[in-house]
Amino acid sequence: MGIAEKLVRKCRARSPWILLFDTGACNACDLEIAACLTPRYDVERFGVLARGSPRHADILVVTGPVTRQARDRLIRIYEQMPEPKYVVAAGTCATSGGVYWGCYNTYPSLDSIIPVHAYVSGCPVKPEAILKAISILVEKIERGEV
Amino acid sequence: MSFEIPIGPQHPIHVEPLMLRLTVEGELIVDVDVDVSYIHKGIEKALETRPYIQGLYLVERICGICNAAHSLCYCLNIEQLLGKEAPPRAKYLRIIVEELSRIHSHLLWLGHYFHTLGFETLFMYFWRDRERVMDMLELITGNRVITSYNTIGGVRRDLAPEAEQNLRRALDYIEERMRYYEKVIDSEPTILARTQGVGILKPEDAVKMGAVGPHLRASRIKHDIRLDDPYSGHDEVPFNVVTWDTCDCYARIKVRVREVYECVNMIRYALDHIPSGDYRLKIPSFFKTPPGESLARVEAPRGELVHYSISDGGEKPYRYRVRTPTLANLLSVTEMLRSRGDYEVYIADVPAILGGIDPCICCSARIVITDEARRRRMTMTLDDIIRLSRERRVEKR
Ligand code: SF4
Repeated sequence: MGIAEKLVRKCRARSPWILLFDTGACNACDLEIAACLTPRYDVERFGVLARGSPRHADILVVTGPVTRQARDRLIRIYEQMPEPKYVVAAGTCATSGGVYWGCYNTYPSLDSIIPVHAYVSGCPVKPEAILKAISILVEKIERGEV
Repeated sequence: MSFEIPIGPQHPIHVEPLMLRLTVEGELIVDVDVDVSYIHKGIEKALETRPYIQGLYLVERICGICNAAHSLCYCLNIEQLLGKEAPPRAKYLRIIVEELSRIHSHLLWLGHYFHTLGFETLFMYFWRDRERVMDMLELITGNRVITSYNTIGGVRRDLAPEAEQNLRRALDYIEERMRYYEKVIDSEPTILARTQGVGILKPEDAVKMGAVGPHLRASRIKHDIRLDDPYSGHDEVPFNVVTWDTCDCYARIKVRVREVYECVNMIRYALDHIPSGDYRLKIPSFFKTPPGESLARVEAPRGELVHYSISDGGEKPYRYRVRTPTLANLLSVTEMLRSRGDYEVYIADVPAILGGIDPCICCSARIVITDEARRRRMTMTLDDIIRLSRERRVEKR
């Protein structure tokens, strides 16, 4: 890859802005992600900033099983995000349906709906696990692997 | 003008919006309609297809914040069906974890509420101190948020002596911090301007609308399931029911702050007087319950939580029904958001009022504002509304 692209990648990896989207979570995963933003864990030191609008975000963090009502909005939000975009499935629900497996109103997993770049398991995910997932993803972005 | 303001569920802190259809005349809100239907997963149906012990884990995940209350209510229900009662030590341990999660929930709410009002520093402070409570929950139960502590016939593990020491220290810390925060809240003009006289819910209206929990107690009504219908040894542990007279958003803050002190004292009392003995009954993993029905009520951090079950004598419930406190409180939001007489509600007050009930819906939708006089459409995010709210309130004063 050329110098310019390397530079772009490096910059991109320095400030991944995240967008949290709850597609039907029980709230615990959202709490833990919110806890990442607060003083004890403080993801901002990695340049991560939580945004409220999909148009500002690089990484979409999805929590919860995808319910039928949330599916269309999830797709719409995913489409609104500018390229390049990455998706993190946070929590067992988002990765594989979790405890809601077999409920009539949920889809089995997030990756059956949109492409996913990182899976974080745990019910709920620990803030440390989210930090790790984001830092691994950022390294991969920098190396151009995703 | 027909405003449509969808508020997406992707806000970093407040992730669970609901659909509010506000009818406005200019800035003034004249009518409201509430709809909660988005994150419907079908939990009640799923409970009918799972054995009791598996249902416990699903019930806890109805709501991540009040999971201790949900699992306690479920266990009480099933114990009632089985005709058994948890041993005395288990009851005290249940109180300790229940009150700890109440502290965690109230700190979380206070932090989030001040974030909504634009007071970021206080938000960070509250969430930092909340981590101390999370550590204690992790120490006692083994998990931070979803504790999985209550089980049918008792609790899952005993309290270690070292944990007790740590817990006492954490309680001292929390109490001291809360005294400081109370001073900040009472002396900070912005908070007072944004909350005093906003979102008034009169006691008669609160009862009529079926409000529950701290929200009801902030309207001067003394109602607490722990007092009215003690379910887990609450008749042995003394505590005060906190009420406040002003019936506005400020009262809601004060009630929750004061409740944290009560929780701290209850945990201290429980630690001092905890009986020895078994902490759970021996109940096989898979069992059948005799046919019948049962109902249990628990005071969750947000108010009265009701679980009802019918058994047909099988390994699974025939029907399971859950009524969460937020559902009860949402109705009163319609009352608080409607201007009448000299009580005026502005769009800018919506976050303060809606935040005041501590909405925990685990379901998402958005706010749609309709104004019939003029015709225009406009889209806003929750961020926009919160920003608008911060700016407008300051202008008005
Ligand atoms: S993974 Fe667990 S904690 Fe997270 S949203 Fe799903 S059920 Fe809740």
